[in-house]
Amino acid sequence: MLHIFCPHCGELRSEEEFHASGQAHIPRPLDPNTCTDEEWGDYMFFRDNPRGLHHELWDHVAGCRQYFNATRDTVTYEILETYKIGTKPQFTGKTETTKVVTGLGEKV
Amino acid sequence: MSQINRLSNGGRIDRNKVLSFTFNGQSYKGFEGDTLAAALLANGVDIIGRSFKYSRPRGIFAAGAEEPNAVLQIGATEATQIPNVRATQQALYQGLVATSTNGWPSVNNDMMGILGKVGGKLMPPGFYYKTFMYPQSFWMTYEKYIRKAAGLGRSPTENDPDTYDYMNRHCDVLIVGAGPAGLAAALAAARSGARVILADEQEEFGGSLLDSRESLDGKPATEWVASVIAELKSLPDVVLLPRATVNGYHDHNFLTIHERLTDHLGDRAPIGQVRQRIHRVRAKRVVLATGAHERPLVYGNNDVPGNMLAGAVSTYVRRYGVAPGKKLVLSTNNDHAYRVALDWLDASLQVVAIADARSNPRGALVEEARAKGIRILTGSAVIEARGSKHVTAVRVAAIDVKAHTVTSPGEWLDCDLVASSGGYSPVVHLASHLGGKPIWREDILGFVPGEAPQKRVCVGGVNGVYSLGDTLADGFEGGVRAASEAGFKAVEGVLPKALSRLEEPTLALFQVPHEKATARAPKQFVDLQNDVTAAAIELATREGFESVEHVKRYTALGFGTDQGKLGNVNGLAIAARSLNVTIPQMGTTMFRPNYTPVTFGAVAGRHCGHIFEPVRYTALQAWHVKNGAEFEDVGQWKRPWYFPKNGEDLHTAVKRECKAVRDSVGLLDASTLGKIDIQGPDAREFLNRVYTNAWTKLDVGKARYGLMCKEDGMVFDDGVTACLADNHFVMTTTTGGAARVLQWLEIYQQTEWPDLKVYFTSVTDHWATMTLSGPNSRKLLSEVTDIDLDKDGFPFMTWKEGLVGGVPARVFRISFTGELSYEVNVQADYAMGVLEKIVEAGKKYNLTPYGTETMHVLRAEKGFIIVGQDTDSSMTPDDLNMGWCVGRTKPFSWIGWRGMNREDCVRDQRKQLVGLKPIDPTKWLPEGAQLVFNTKQAIPMSMVGHVTSSYLHNSLGYSFAMGVVKGGLKRIGERVFAPLADGSVIEAEIVSSVFFDPKGDRQNI
Repeated sequence: MLHIFCPHCGELRSEEEFHASGQAHIPRPLDPNTCTDEEWGDYMFFRDNPRGLHHELWDHVAGCRQYFNATRDTVTYEILETYKIGTKPQFTGKTETTKVVTGLGEKV
Repeated sequence: MSQINRLSNGGRIDRNKVLSFTFNGQSYKGFEGDTLAAALLANGVDIIGRSFKYSRPRGIFAAGAEEPNAVLQIGATEATQIPNVRATQQALYQGLVATSTNGWPSVNNDMMGILGKVGGKLMPPGFYYKTFMYPQSFWMTYEKYIRKAAGLGRSPTENDPDTYDYMNRHCDVLIVGAGPAGLAAALAAARSGARVILADEQEEFGGSLLDSRESLDGKPATEWVASVIAELKSLPDVVLLPRATVNGYHDHNFLTIHERLTDHLGDRAPIGQVRQRIHRVRAKRVVLATGAHERPLVYGNNDVPGNMLAGAVSTYVRRYGVAPGKKLVLSTNNDHAYRVALDWLDASLQVVAIADARSNPRGALVEEARAKGIRILTGSAVIEARGSKHVTAVRVAAIDVKAHTVTSPGEWLDCDLVASSGGYSPVVHLASHLGGKPIWREDILGFVPGEAPQKRVCVGGVNGVYSLGDTLADGFEGGVRAASEAGFKAVEGVLPKALSRLEEPTLALFQVPHEKATARAPKQFVDLQNDVTAAAIELATREGFESVEHVKRYTALGFGTDQGKLGNVNGLAIAARSLNVTIPQMGTTMFRPNYTPVTFGAVAGRHCGHIFEPVRYTALQAWHVKNGAEFEDVGQWKRPWYFPKNGEDLHTAVKRECKAVRDSVGLLDASTLGKIDIQGPDAREFLNRVYTNAWTKLDVGKARYGLMCKEDGMVFDDGVTACLADNHFVMTTTTGGAARVLQWLEIYQQTEWPDLKVYFTSVTDHWATMTLSGPNSRKLLSEVTDIDLDKDGFPFMTWKEGLVGGVPARVFRISFTGELSYEVNVQADYAMGVLEKIVEAGKKYNLTPYGTETMHVLRAEKGFIIVGQDTDSSMTPDDLNMGWCVGRTKPFSWIGWRGMNREDCVRDQRKQLVGLKPIDPTKWLPEGAQLVFNTKQAIPMSMVGHVTSSYLHNSLGYSFAMGVVKGGLKRIGERVFAPLADGSVIEAEIVSSVFFDPKGDRQNI
């Protein structure tokens, strides 16, 4: 069970207080009416499924009921940061290497 | 004869406390302190069960969690049955009843065994898949009998009488395992002042020290164990959990511990005590001191009762005072196993010989055995055992490990016990639960935990540290490290001195060679529990299964409760040799929670019976009960379904309730509808964006029905929202959608439009709602309120504040029945008093309480939808013929507008909501029935829609339904057909979905 730092409450709390709401940073198009059907379909249905860092939207649903974002490694499940809506993540996965568990068994 | 194998002294058992138990109906006696396995061995019980696939007789093989054979059914009564209990982990108690889970007619004379003997060669891996594949539909039939033959235990058919629970814990350092490493780690961490939890799966702390020959500071090791426990007990922040298996290592240092508090006391927990408990622990640091499991050598007939793990023999002799035989042969590739022979001699029993695969072993224990005159056959191993129900002899021969050949004919040695040791496998299960790949270490011939992001330290055996002195030091250091990483200052400590002696390395021997090819040699078992042989693994690799995960699934190696404890490394080694690769190249399979099986009772904890799930009642519940309501579950709510009078059934009651509403006045408890209080200067704009219709012009004092869509344009909730003030609204939602809608509003406010100043509060439970509906509702309400109910002063779709039954109320004039209706909202605390006044005044109007069923019928007569019943998240407002509720000219592109204008949503021939009127008015169209236009069409027919709501008993006097039909709104007057499962067909006319009072006159009077 994940241990998640709520940036609004300022506390580490257990996953069962939270609700995952999918990929973060998917803004609603400012003028949906100018979107083509394909663009609108992309906005509604298409999401990334990365191996490694992933920015996610979470809701502290059984706590302060505030939404926030988390940067989570989908391999190790480490949460590198949580940050409020409207702010930018520090970890973007572009430069920093993530700790991926490797062993000799990995070679097979 | 009782306890024929019990030694006259020794063991950590209380010989004054004799306990009786039964196994397969036979009575036996054991002592307090025994495990069930120890007591069975003491009584000379050889055959404990029959094997999974070949039905070969099997005996107790190990002494701990890795036991593959003695997996028994426990329980004296039907309600207390527990399947798959390892006899090696079950403490003996007075009156224990155990049975084998397989073997017919009995484990000693098993029919399947005869089949297995003949059919052995006929049952290669994949046998079941290959044989029972066709016809596929028969698999269910086969499976039932295969499971029965395999003997996997059974669950009780009566309710478990015991109580189980959960406990949430937090600690600085959780130490898993209370052997020498774990105890030393606990000492170091606890002395630093850290909050420590020490958990161990065994009946008592001490691990390997409980049966060790070693001394510490010249005294028996168990004395040191006792002193450590005493010190830990004296510290305030230390929790000691014996009989507690750390079963799962989950994300972010969350671990689950399965504690068996009273399993050792009896068939049932003593009154008032919890039987088992799951501790859910969040630990700052974890110390894994899980030790190592000995692996057996793989030789011919190594499964016949009388074959055991070497270390297990020592455990039974030293810890339980039980000798599982008289004449011992030991087959080993390492020094440590020699202690078994020495323990055996100490018990005045005969060591026939030791076969050591190494050519010239000179370690200290080897020399000690040699000095005591034990016959040591070097460069040799036990090639095969003989005996049908028990070992009678073994053949020991010289082998060439590198060439994997037998180099001498060898000799048969008479014996009744073969102990084998092929080295040690660190217990890496917990370290690997989160995906960490173990690393092969050639120097110790075992996998150790690899690097992992978890905040943990591995110490002692799991780390490949085996000698006692090193283990204690490694444990203590690990405890210091864990505590200091958790923010505590470590305290110096002096560890007791262990004897250090010369120990030579283990030889890499896994499968012992045989003169015959593996497939033709006597069966060499790798995984005893799943009946996987060396030949099966070789066959799997020949058939092209090269990945270890595939080999595992094809052969079942490491399945079941075994989870790779005993056979994993041997299996990998055989597959690797067969594929001509190294063990690390082969890799290991994944380990997953749970480490050992957990009972369903413990998993459920207190979440059973009436507290399985929270139940929500309205403020009027007591009144409903008193008035004989039948209840319906709506989400977590209990809602009155109908109020039967004088033994009425549902249909009669509903018909009466419907009539009362249409003729006079009815009363509905509508408190469960979601209510969200919305305030803020931008509240109105927000409503414009989340509802499909317009809210700009809704005046204070008015109310409006609204539809809510998702971005895809599909309806997901509806309800009436009233304007209380220019910046204050109260929204109602469906009963089931209340939480969903609140979350929906919040996510848009917080993530998309944080600039809008608007605030949401759930007030569902604050208000109780009583709906008065029917032509007499105005007259009735006027008797209990000071609000002027004049039809023009208080028109339809408005609300007013005032007193009802003497308490402040909000009264909404809205209608879900099509009749003149008032929804009276009062503070929930006052609701009962208000209700009583209404009911009293209502007597002369035949005020009739009605439930959800009548509500459904009456609203359907009016064609009002229920979201979730008439919709299924693929319907736009236009599909529901509710285009009137879509604000097509609203300036902001509100949620759903873009979606409902996609190409697919505006095409012709979408399914549309219509009324359905069976041609035979006495026929009921089943809800969910598929509709077709042409009954003559060949199967598969073109299905053109389905029935969503259907009512035979109503106020109309004929059966009617609602449903969706392709292009239905343009087909009014046409016929559709519902072909039913019984072969009959119901014909219906497509009609308007408004069956009653289409102009809406009755709600406007």
